[in-house]
Amino acid sequence: MTLRATTSQTVGPFFSIGMERLNCAELAGPGVAGERVTIEGRVLDADGVGVPDAIIELWQANSHGKYAHPEDLQEKPVEAAFQGHGRIPTDEDGKFRFTTIKPGGVPGPDGKLQAPHIVVSVFMRGLMRRVVTRIYFPDEAGNAEDFVLGLVESARRGTLIARNAPGMDGLLKWDVIMQGPGETVFFDC
Amino acid sequence: MSKLTGYRRAVAGTQPEYLHPTYKSSLKRAPSQPLVYLPHTLSEITGPVFVPEMVNVKACDLTRQYSGEPLGERIIVSGRVLDEDGKPVRKTLVEVWQANAAGRYRHKVDQHQAPLDPNFSGHGYAMTDGEGRYRFITVRPGEYPWGNHHNAWRPAHVHFSVFGPAFATRLVTQMYFPGDPLLPFDPIYNCTADEAARQRLISLFDWESTIPGHALGYKFDIILNGREATPMEK
Repeated sequence: MTLRATTSQTVGPFFSIGMERLNCAELAGPGVAGERVTIEGRVLDADGVGVPDAIIELWQANSHGKYAHPEDLQEKPVEAAFQGHGRIPTDEDGKFRFTTIKPGGVPGPDGKLQAPHIVVSVFMRGLMRRVVTRIYFPDEAGNAEDFVLGLVESARRGTLIARNAPGMDGLLKWDVIMQGPGETVFFDC
Repeated sequence: MSKLTGYRRAVAGTQPEYLHPTYKSSLKRAPSQPLVYLPHTLSEITGPVFVPEMVNVKACDLTRQYSGEPLGERIIVSGRVLDEDGKPVRKTLVEVWQANAAGRYRHKVDQHQAPLDPNFSGHGYAMTDGEGRYRFITVRPGEYPWGNHHNAWRPAHVHFSVFGPAFATRLVTQMYFPGDPLLPFDPIYNCTADEAARQRLISLFDWESTIPGHALGYKFDIILNGREATPMEK
């Protein structure tokens, strides 16, 4: 190793001018295979107050469990209309909402398929570097066997699993709690 | 299945901690629980890929986005995106945003009593070339006051957002200018323990990229996490 990775700095309060061009809350265009889901929630600070200047980035596989990336060498179908990248700023109440398809399983370090998940970066004023977390899906048998969920103490695992919204088919709820009771699990990535 | 090679983690002290009492906004937003170590899986060694066709001349020349020229000192900001082994990171997206020459962002939340410039958006983007190079033409951003503490002023800076080849290499940072007298007093710049790591955020004045009679050049290389030497899983 000859060089050291550049130090991270906060996105600050004015990131939208540089980042909004790539905002994307509809990840799957028409014709993309898979089960449509809408995920909504809030980013909350230690007082439970919504964070109005956060931005969430998403990365996920398609419904076949294939990433649109040259290092995914699996023999699974790629879909040109699905790139798997999302970017959603929070609104003045800290709310965000996006629509996508439920990803298929991708291989994990133990050789088994990981349970379907979306990897997430959250940036905001006040955070000197991003936090990294994951969204898993409710009622998913694979969650119990998932390698990464297994790294998390059971009492906190639920922070990574979206909840069904009662009576709302296809709508899931998932919050990001930055600090304090119910704090979301963040990863060293 | 094939073996995957993960990305290296930060050397201790070279990345900021989340909680910095001197940076007030971190108090209620910094996670309090330890991070859970995540071995890199296919989900982290892949990441969004953007196409070079999306970039045009105006995107990387912030002085030519309007019919008139922005006020301020024109500068060239250029450099390379490399990994820790010095290998170029090719065809990766670099996004920038900054205040205008008077220290004001074109953003509704910025209420600083300094003029907006109708000829300056303050944002641009570029795709690195085959050698990892990027280049922006812009104006030198102004310093500006902020509410962190009494008489707080941000040093002049340009925000950079870089994707790199994988989710694991995503980086957002800020580039500073050499000799800025505000740097020793800035809680954001000083959030990182390692002094050498902080100093690498300061661009270098650069004769080579300076255009005679037109604009001074500043060089800022961005280093992304390198690859692990050996496959990390079977």
